[in-house]
Amino acid sequence: MRITLQVWRQDGPQDGGGMRDYVLDDVSEDMSFLEMLDVLNEDLIGRGEEPVAFDSDCREGICGSCGLVINGRAHGPEVTTTCQLHMRSFHDGDVISVEPWRADAFPVIKDLVVDRSAFDRIIQAGGYVSVNTGAAPDAHATPVPKDDADKSFASATCIGCGACVAACPNASGMLFMGAKVTHLGLLPQGQPERDARVVKMVNQHDHEGFGGCTNIGECAAACPKEIPLDVISRLNKDLRTAMRHGH
Amino acid sequence: MSDTLTEAPQAPEAPTQNAGVVHGLYREGEPIADTKAPKVDIKDRWTTRQFEAALVNPANRRKLTVIVVGTGLAGGAACATLGEAGYHVKSFCYQDSPRRAHSIAAQGGINAAKNYKEDGDSVYRLFYDTVKGGDFRSRESNVYRLAEVSANIIDQCVAQGVPFAREYGGLLDNRSFGGVQVSRTFYARGQTGQQLLIGAYQALERQIAAGTVQMYTRHEMLELVLVDGRARGIIARDLVTGEVETHLADAVVLASGGYGNVFFLSTNAMNSNVTATWRAHRKGAMFSNPCYTQIHPTCIPVSGDHQSKLTLMSESLRNDGRIWVPKRREDCEKDPRDIPEEDRDYYLERIYPSFGNLVPRDIASRQAKNVCDEGRGVGPKVGDFARGVYLDFSDALARMSTEAVAEKYGNLFDMYQRITGESPYEVPMRIYPAVHYTMGGLWVDYDLQSNIPGLFVAGEANFSDHGANRLGASALMQGLADGYFVLPNTIRDYLAHGPYPKVEETHDEVVAARTAVEERVQKLLSVNGERSVDSFHKELGHIMWEYCGMERSEEGLLKAIDLIRSLKDEFWRNVRVLGSGATLNQSLEKAGRVADFLELGELMCIDALHRRESCGGHFRTESQTEDGEALRDDQEFAYVAAWEWGGEDGIPTLHKEDLVFDYVHLKQRSYK
Ligand SMILES: Cc1cc2nc3c(=O)[nH]c(=O)nc-3n(C[C@H](O)[C@H](O)[C@H](O)COP(=O)(O)OP(=O)(O)OC[C@H]3O[C@@H](n4cnc5c(N)ncnc54)[C@H](O)[C@@H]3O)c2cc1C
Ligand code: SF4
Ligand code: FES
Repeated sequence: MRITLQVWRQDGPQDGGGMRDYVLDDVSEDMSFLEMLDVLNEDLIGRGEEPVAFDSDCREGICGSCGLVINGRAHGPEVTTTCQLHMRSFHDGDVISVEPWRADAFPVIKDLVVDRSAFDRIIQAGGYVSVNTGAAPDAHATPVPKDDADKSFASATCIGCGACVAACPNASGMLFMGAKVTHLGLLPQGQPERDARVVKMVNQHDHEGFGGCTNIGECAAACPKEIPLDVISRLNKDLRTAMRHGH
Repeated sequence: MSDTLTEAPQAPEAPTQNAGVVHGLYREGEPIADTKAPKVDIKDRWTTRQFEAALVNPANRRKLTVIVVGTGLAGGAACATLGEAGYHVKSFCYQDSPRRAHSIAAQGGINAAKNYKEDGDSVYRLFYDTVKGGDFRSRESNVYRLAEVSANIIDQCVAQGVPFAREYGGLLDNRSFGGVQVSRTFYARGQTGQQLLIGAYQALERQIAAGTVQMYTRHEMLELVLVDGRARGIIARDLVTGEVETHLADAVVLASGGYGNVFFLSTNAMNSNVTATWRAHRKGAMFSNPCYTQIHPTCIPVSGDHQSKLTLMSESLRNDGRIWVPKRREDCEKDPRDIPEEDRDYYLERIYPSFGNLVPRDIASRQAKNVCDEGRGVGPKVGDFARGVYLDFSDALARMSTEAVAEKYGNLFDMYQRITGESPYEVPMRIYPAVHYTMGGLWVDYDLQSNIPGLFVAGEANFSDHGANRLGASALMQGLADGYFVLPNTIRDYLAHGPYPKVEETHDEVVAARTAVEERVQKLLSVNGERSVDSFHKELGHIMWEYCGMERSEEGLLKAIDLIRSLKDEFWRNVRVLGSGATLNQSLEKAGRVADFLELGELMCIDALHRRESCGGHFRTESQTEDGEALRDDQEFAYVAAWEWGGEDGIPTLHKEDLVFDYVHLKQRSYK
């Protein structure tokens, strides 16, 4: 396939940045989107031009490192991670634009690489169960109904990629946060800190410069792990309960 | 104090020049041994060691700094636990968040001797299976301890909120995994690694918030700092600003993962590398059993040259999928659904009737290679051969219903379909072996301390627990055992024997380490040759897979060593790294890693060459039984090969640690 790429190039955080066009003649449909960028980079290096910087690690759709806005959509046209998007989703002759996540809370570091450490700080604020190592009771001491365990698992599949933020017109991190609050809130182990957790996480979220949620739903539509919009309702409900309890 | 607290064995004096040089490639040095495991019954060793390890007063702990490189299961768990204990911890990873460490990719599960199924499991049986599975090339004491603490791991993770799979009664579910006959594997759908790592990551973030752990993301360790023979810090590069930083501490832990990426194509994350351990090796830490590579039987076959990595399909699939190829070559290109039962060769079930599709990975892998070499492989041809075998779920779909299969394996099936464009619900999957995991790593004693005092090594980065082969679900177990339970107990003994004199950044040895890093970065940027870093990496990978992969021979290995040497030579003359060292520069990062892989690759070949026996993942063509099974030579090779760096222009020295088996009797592994 022949593909024309319009790629966002930006030298560093202070640089203005802009789109640059590249043409690739020999794209196979078995390539993942990132493998296609690898091919572009080999080409650029051959021509003495600096390769395009982008994040990736597992290339299996699980680490959450990769993330590009492709033709205006977070992770591209399919509901998956960028590394699991394959060129068979495109056609010969396509023109494809490639940009980094855009959000105030995710500053651009270089080209397509952004800084998502704000997510870590939200987790630091309370996205955990406080248990010291070695202090745990036998795992069978507290049964967890299968249904709860399964639902909790479904939210725990969030990979922290940030597509929800990139897709949201308000750049809100509510889906990410809702996923964590739901994961821990459905388990008996997560109960003691449930109120405090949600309040602290929401405060940190706002402090980082993420926007508020106005129920647009773009986040859930873009989420490669199909985290449902319900987790946001759950988060709001937990937040109201916590306020009622005086947090 | 007891006699178990002797000093770690020091590297012996270098023997005289040319003494005992073998093949012109290496020389033999003095034997070494672990002196830390208490000499009591195996059941009491860990309790005894924990009791004997000296204590550090809580008030003194915050004055002590520990550097941990790596935030995977081993490093993340260690940081969280050391932080909780009150030490000042500095944690490093090259990803943008500790949650993205390569451990996240593990699919299948984690073993623990809980005997929740009452199917005859016990600590002793897990210990026994692991020693046997490793083809008797691991240390009894370490493996026993691993089995012993395994049950605590599950308790710990459940308490953290790890959503393991459960049964309707609310209790944890288990499954069985390749190479064992009991159900001892705990899992979270097909993403056990992700869930366990998130548990450790959350515990780590909690400590960061508490101020005990200082996190350095997008930082790469490029050098170990030794002062007066002790590990006292690291030199790291901030990958965003390019700044080279000095970090000093009372002890250093490397939990930097494995080196399977030396093969370029592997199931490892793209950035996994050997740099942290290799730099320590060059500073005197011994590298053990580098040639032990695990080839995993169930990966998606290669599709073309552009390929950047191989994707693993969890081997839990082997519980319900049946592996076969056509009996006749003529049938290989047919639609598999049109090949009747009697024309299929379920070769694992045929050759190994008692384990069938659940034989250990090395055996499953080699048999897949054999049938493909016979010309009975399936799928697209790569070169002249089709390299693929079927993993067929049609029986399971008929027996269990589509929903039940989807519940168990749905996400793996989806992933397969995404990559290949085919649905495993309709057509059998195609699989082929790929490089997966490395069992070699830095030599450590029972305390997980290397031969450099103050340098500890955990998880896949050390060599100790798996021998020549690793059973499924045992690496996650080892990572968490090391990080949560072992290191925090053993490192305190080292720290309690301090305080070690304070080191300044201006100390000669610190300055020298830092200068070395700066010069190396400059050197990589200034070669300004013709070839990209990836092209070197691919060529190295090709050599390694061809000659040091699933099968090794003396002739092939000697050839590989020559090829690697010329490639290394060309690398330093002809690599092209564009851009500067003062910003994010991914080619520069890769270049440093590939330079280290080139040196490691040579050592792997030397190690494979010297071990003229077959064991586990190391198959020497010269050493096989009449029916083509790996033939071990316990008389000659029941030892750990620990290699000492020979200097820039020198050759490495081999130190042997004899393996003593008091509890598990050495016998030929048989899965028939
Ligand atoms: C696809 C796949 C599936 C697997 N499935 C299973 C399974 O089902 N069960 C099982 O038991 N095992 C499985 N394994 C193996 C297991 O995942 C690994 O062996 C284990 O997770 C390694 O953990 P670790 O903590 O030692 O290292 P890793 O998780 O690899 O972590 C390495 C860390 O070190 C850091 N690092 C490395 N070098 C440097 C440096 N120079 N400077 C700074 N930081 C550095 C990295 O940033 C990272 O944080 C699987 C492996 C793969 C690839
Ligand atoms: S909620 Fe979905 S889109 Fe958002 S970070 Fe998690 S996985 Fe990514
Ligand atoms: S690279 Fe890991 S999710 Fe894409």
